[in-house]
Amino acid sequence: MPTAWLVVFVLAVSAIGYIAGRRRALNSAGGDSRALHSLPVYYGFNVALSALVPSLLVLAVWLLAQPMLVENRVSGMIPAEAIPESSTLGLVMSDVRRVAEGLDIAVQQGALSEQEARAIRADVTDVRARLGDLGVALGSDVRSEVLSAAQRYRQITATGHLLMTLVVAALTLGGLGFAYARTNKDFRARNVVERGVLALLILAASLAILTTIGIVLSMLFETVNFFRLHSWTDFFFGSTWAPNFRGDSELSILPLLWGTLYISFIALLVAVPVGLFAAVYLSEYAHGHVRAFAKPLLEILAGIPTIVYGLFALLTVGPALVRVFGRGSEGLLGVDWMSGATSVLTAGVVMGIMLIPFVSSLSDDIINAVPQAMRDGSLGLGATRSETIRQVVLPAALPGIVGAILLAASRAIGETMIVVMGAGAIAKFSLNPLESMTTITTRIVSQLTGDTDFASPETLVAFALGITLFVLTLGLNVLALYIVRKYREQYE
Amino acid sequence: MTDTSQQGGGPAAPARKHGETLMKLTARTKRRNAAERRFQAYGIAAIGVGLLMLVILVVNIFGNGMGAFTQTFITLDVHLDQSKLDKKGNRDLEDIKKVSTFGYAPLINRAFETKAADLDLKSGLKPKAMADLLSKSAAAQLRDYVLADPARIGQTVSFRFLANSRVDGYMKGRVSRESIANDKNISAAQLDLVDELIAEGTVRRTFNPAFIFGADASDQRPEAAGIGVSMLGSLFMMVVVLALALPIGVAASIYLEEFAAKNWLTDIIEVNISNLAAVPSIVFGILGLAVFINYMHLPMSAPLVGGLVLTLMTLPTIIISTRASLKSVPPSIRDAALGVGASKMQAVFHHVLPLAAPGILTGTIIGLAQALGETAPLLLIGMVGFIASNAPDGVAAGLMSPNSAMPAQIYEWAKRADPAFYERAWGGIIILLVFLITMNTLAVILRRRFERRW
Amino acid sequence: MYDTAKTESALDQTETKISARNVQVYYGDTHAIKDVNVEIEDKTVTAFIGPSGCGKSTFLRCLNRMNDTIDICRVTGDILLDGEDIYDPKVDPVQLRAKVGMVFQKPNPFPKSIYDNIAYGPRIHGLARNKAELDEIVEKSLRRGAIWDEVKDRLDAPGTGLSGGQQQRLCIARAIATEPEVLLMDEPCSALDPIATAQVEELIDELRQSYSVVIVTHSMQQAARVSQKTAFFHLGHLVEYGETGQIFTNPEDPRTESYITGRIG
Repeated sequence: MPTAWLVVFVLAVSAIGYIAGRRRALNSAGGDSRALHSLPVYYGFNVALSALVPSLLVLAVWLLAQPMLVENRVSGMIPAEAIPESSTLGLVMSDVRRVAEGLDIAVQQGALSEQEARAIRADVTDVRARLGDLGVALGSDVRSEVLSAAQRYRQITATGHLLMTLVVAALTLGGLGFAYARTNKDFRARNVVERGVLALLILAASLAILTTIGIVLSMLFETVNFFRLHSWTDFFFGSTWAPNFRGDSELSILPLLWGTLYISFIALLVAVPVGLFAAVYLSEYAHGHVRAFAKPLLEILAGIPTIVYGLFALLTVGPALVRVFGRGSEGLLGVDWMSGATSVLTAGVVMGIMLIPFVSSLSDDIINAVPQAMRDGSLGLGATRSETIRQVVLPAALPGIVGAILLAASRAIGETMIVVMGAGAIAKFSLNPLESMTTITTRIVSQLTGDTDFASPETLVAFALGITLFVLTLGLNVLALYIVRKYREQYE
Repeated sequence: MTDTSQQGGGPAAPARKHGETLMKLTARTKRRNAAERRFQAYGIAAIGVGLLMLVILVVNIFGNGMGAFTQTFITLDVHLDQSKLDKKGNRDLEDIKKVSTFGYAPLINRAFETKAADLDLKSGLKPKAMADLLSKSAAAQLRDYVLADPARIGQTVSFRFLANSRVDGYMKGRVSRESIANDKNISAAQLDLVDELIAEGTVRRTFNPAFIFGADASDQRPEAAGIGVSMLGSLFMMVVVLALALPIGVAASIYLEEFAAKNWLTDIIEVNISNLAAVPSIVFGILGLAVFINYMHLPMSAPLVGGLVLTLMTLPTIIISTRASLKSVPPSIRDAALGVGASKMQAVFHHVLPLAAPGILTGTIIGLAQALGETAPLLLIGMVGFIASNAPDGVAAGLMSPNSAMPAQIYEWAKRADPAFYERAWGGIIILLVFLITMNTLAVILRRRFERRW
Repeated sequence: MYDTAKTESALDQTETKISARNVQVYYGDTHAIKDVNVEIEDKTVTAFIGPSGCGKSTFLRCLNRMNDTIDICRVTGDILLDGEDIYDPKVDPVQLRAKVGMVFQKPNPFPKSIYDNIAYGPRIHGLARNKAELDEIVEKSLRRGAIWDEVKDRLDAPGTGLSGGQQQRLCIARAIATEPEVLLMDEPCSALDPIATAQVEELIDELRQSYSVVIVTHSMQQAARVSQKTAFFHLGHLVEYGETGQIFTNPEDPRTESYITGRIG
């Protein structure tokens, strides 16, 4: 990993810079640290940071940008007529990358020398077979345009890498030299270091924005690719989800959305009454010690990883439901309504259990924010506690509770493991909660795991599903946070 | 109070002028009180349901999972026949290595035969059928044992073999004579043999450290599967998360809490962070797949990538809790530091940050615990499947070579439709929960110990 | 402000509404009210005065058992309403509070419409058989709360949208709507400006025609203005109880005198 070595080099130079800068400052003050403008460590940090920060930043940006630039340069080499019917530039480019990777592996394993890899010609050698021997499977025979593009790809990448190493090393040493030269006893090292640190702090804070941008962009690009390959009307308004890796898939989000919403609805049907009543009891009735005991116990449910709930759904709740609703005359009800353990009800109930503490602790906060004066006013008129709660406290807390329920709904919609393990894989519109159905998140997992081909609509649809999910949950969250905030302001 | 109530209780009490007596409940009050009691009962029922679910969950986990920590072993005296293992007799390791596991199978068959003869068993089973009671890895186990010390060739050693998962299930009550009717992996006659061997003490169920420390095994050998390697995968991911999320999270919080001016940029960042905290985890998986693997070409299934994805996911949690603990340090501390001539940066780093450290640590531990239990994004970056089969050698390999993680390993086991793997999935959950409980307890202790009331 | 002679004559016709005997109140280990004996008369305004923390509000909240809502609070002794012990186990505090209404320090209208605020009590106690009767009760209560003219055109507007003084009168009207016999007021004007205070005080004086009113205040002027009887509390003791005029002009106990002249409190 040469890049790792480059980082080690930068770190080592910075460490040397720290010692050197500190020493130079002290020397310039004749060894008396009181004569310095700043504490000696700041001179050291100034040199170290000057060597470290710009070079690492450039390194990071370079690593992010290089693949894109290389891609651009190479894709320019592929003439439009070299792109076969029923294919796209993106498809051809992914072939190019596969071939380039294959050549890399071949060189690494010694099957080809560097010269051979550069000189290899598609019309002379059966590249597909040779790479196949090395475990690099290619979908079709390598055409000469693709091969030369791949060779070009490798070459530009190698050049870029060399250039990057040089630039980063130069920046490191240059930064060190510049800061070292500036170091003397009157140099305001602390101020400079502090400005640098502040810049780093701002950078860290902006990462949140970068992440969001990353999420949106990464999904948006692939979604655009998807809509080039597949009609958007089918995605948004079609009625069938039937991916077929030989092509001709019907990929409509609607049946998945139906499954998602149906399961979330059942989850809320479990979580909201239980969570709300638990919150009401804990905040309005329970004595201190009951509260101190029951509240943390309930919150344990929220800390349990979703994989545990998934297993619980698959292996415990599902079979238990089958025992009740299935198996014909052997079942508890003597009916045969349910055949497999996975169903809307299985996933919904387990997800509901998971959401109980979520709803209850949010509602608890919100109910507690209702001023005691409201309760006193109602009790003072001779209302019972439950009348007070139902007619005064809950209506007053309603906006906040609606917000909490929306947050819970967004959780339910985005939940993955429980539905992957408990809901099943059949996309359909059905009202029967005992049937298997599938959700957006399960389909994302199944389309993106296993053998994926990032040029086929069947894989790319996952990104379109992902961005829909993101928009859906984001909308719910923003709405919920807005409502909750408005509600809080009302009582502040 | 009794005397007065008697005195005032009579309907003819002279003091009464209007209204009804308080001493008698009206029908309406009775109805209202009944409604009150019903309402309270709903509340208690709701809490009961929640707690009941917790109990069911815990009982389920431990009831189904404890079995994974014990395993059935069959101890046999094996004669390591020199004529089979080292024909030349010069104990040359290279020569011995040429003998494949097939060469060891007859030794095991022989050992069973001897055993049956010793015990005077008349099961009528062929030696091969008897050897089927062992795990499919039995021959490999024996081979490794011999290769570790070729000097043992020619001796007769007492060797503890892993039993087949069916035998193990029989010992644990999962497999019964009724349930094997359609199972071609084991027959009633074999179970009879097992019964006799149990009585004689050859078949024993003991604690199985290999489950905790070992590697995953192929789906033919549930008895050999362990969670140890994926635990290492989780460990490496947590190291990445800690190394990135803690400094970045703390830096971001310091900026937002101590330095940021109130402007649109700060607002955007804040709204962003609170929204990122609620983005479904699978979306982070998509991000990881698209950016780290497809775009940056980092290796698939690597704990480094998993760690990066979980870092992005954990950051909002850490930032939110860090800001809360920075906020709880009173402004007087900052004023005091500024008052003696410290710069703002010095005031924050020398005074505020150390005082907020316990709170930051608590939030970080809770964030890590969350990341440790997360599964969905790991599925997308390929940290699932039969990959946790070799322990990584060294830190670089630990970060870069394909591995799984504890929750992903549990998911993988749950997918293999064999009850023996289900037991291991539940067992894996026990281990995962032990980690989570330890981390959360640590967080609670830290909070109690260092909590400051200003 | 008020005609003293009229007050004197009114007092002649009154009789005891609430009598408290040997009342002790404990908050956990704190002995908050010590051995209080008092006879509160019907159709009279009785003021409880005293320095902060003297127990006057605590004692007031004993009179309609609002203290029941506090877990650690314990009351002993007898409090009789029309001769009936309100702490008798047979008494339901819900029925008691319908008879002994309460108005709080801070106006606390429910986040509902003005109409629903007033109708809340009658509804839960089942005082109206139909909508027309309920309308009538609402109007009557608002009129007696001296706020009808201000809100009659916007009964559907939220009660929280009113001004502070209007809110407090709304709360008084709300308390009246349940047809109580006694009205307890816990510093009803402390959150109001002087003009709103004057309006509420005027209302209190009118309410005396029909109810026994008990008002806690730490404004001595207010006590002097609105009450006929005054009780002075100090450190949990009822120090002195008597005609308002007498307490303010000629107190018997030196502590009362110190408080009234401003030396303690």
